[in-house]
Amino acid sequence: MTAVLTANGLGKRYGRRWALENCTLEIPAGQVVGLVGPNGAGKTTLMHLAVGLLTPTTGSIEVLGGRPAESPAQLGRVGFVAQETPVYESMSVADHLRFGDWLNPTWDQQVADRRIDQLGLDRSQKAGKLSGGQRAQLALTLAIAKRPELLILDEPVASLDPLARREFLQSLMEVVAEQQVSVVLSSHLVSDLERVCDYLVVLVASHVQLTGGIENLLAAHVRLTGPRSGLETLPPSLQIIEASHTDRQSTLIARVDEPILDPAWLVERINLEDLVLAYMRQIQPDASARPHLVEAHR
Amino acid sequence: MIEFHLDSRSGVSPYLQIVHQVRHALRLGLLREGDQLPTVKDVVSSLAINPNTVLKAYKELEHGGLVAARPGVGTFVTKGLTSAPLVALGPLRQDLQRWLAKARRAGLDDESIEALFIDCFRSDSEEDVA
Repeated sequence: MTAVLTANGLGKRYGRRWALENCTLEIPAGQVVGLVGPNGAGKTTLMHLAVGLLTPTTGSIEVLGGRPAESPAQLGRVGFVAQETPVYESMSVADHLRFGDWLNPTWDQQVADRRIDQLGLDRSQKAGKLSGGQRAQLALTLAIAKRPELLILDEPVASLDPLARREFLQSLMEVVAEQQVSVVLSSHLVSDLERVCDYLVVLVASHVQLTGGIENLLAAHVRLTGPRSGLETLPPSLQIIEASHTDRQSTLIARVDEPILDPAWLVERINLEDLVLAYMRQIQPDASARPHLVEAHR
Repeated sequence: MIEFHLDSRSGVSPYLQIVHQVRHALRLGLLREGDQLPTVKDVVSSLAINPNTVLKAYKELEHGGLVAARPGVGTFVTKGLTSAPLVALGPLRQDLQRWLAKARRAGLDDESIEALFIDCFRSDSEEDVA
């Protein structure tokens, strides 16, 4: 399978602080990829590296087989919607479309027109007067009318109310169904991503903590509840992600490759949110750099 | 035509929820042979879910011989699912009642019986799917 994004030892440092460190990733094509992590984990840095707004301090990143922003053609293949879905407040909807047409050689006016009609946006309206949801939809329209092969969206629904959030994700999924575009979108809320993503990247404290197809990840992880004394009966290949104990009982979230045979352990499936939270809570080698994360853990 | 809904708290993966809902509708006669399933695009836009999820569900149903895809047109039901004939229900019910009495004698309360039943049922249907 071809990769839409490959990172090798990728790092970005600001002064003494690493915003992203030693990131090695391969994201397969044709997927909707959720990039999750707490605020400040490095999601935006990774996305800015992918679109060429930043250059790496260490390592390398390839997007659709090329260096980010190496040529106008490469720029045309990637659509990007930055955080807060920015638009030009004093420009009308129609101006935005003209601007998009002028800047993008691959601009598809039909796609843009159809979406604006579907959304029922007034073309003469100034973008500053649009609702948050409409602004986000306009930004998405601009990004997809250039017909990208990869769409990168940085927290597109973070500031939207639940209805606008749902509508935005509906639009996005329609685009995926119609245009065969790969998508990487970030969020700090797993619930946003549960329905729409089929691949997950969890970033915590500047490090990639977990990657994989969501179904495979969910199938490989379970919650185990059993006697505290029973830990040694678990298979040695078991990888404990999170453990909590009372004086008698232990509850584990673990990656398992073989069946748990000891009937003293109750084995349950976990949902995506449980899985992501368990990985986010794992104590980092440089946890001191993220005091609020450690606090949340207590 | 039927409409799907998703329960994100159920822990059942979205594609399986769609499979179950189609099978359920077939069993209840809400879907019959020749009926069309909602198009992938319709499901995607009504539920805001990944198109691959819908495709996977439809493929699984197709694999099970319940539906067939006609390229460019849609996915259609090829086989109804009728539940077991009513005659079979009586004996099954008796068996279950006997089992319930046995469970009570063994000291299980309502909650434990339900938990045990659901647990068995789940692990059985998981094997079925796999």
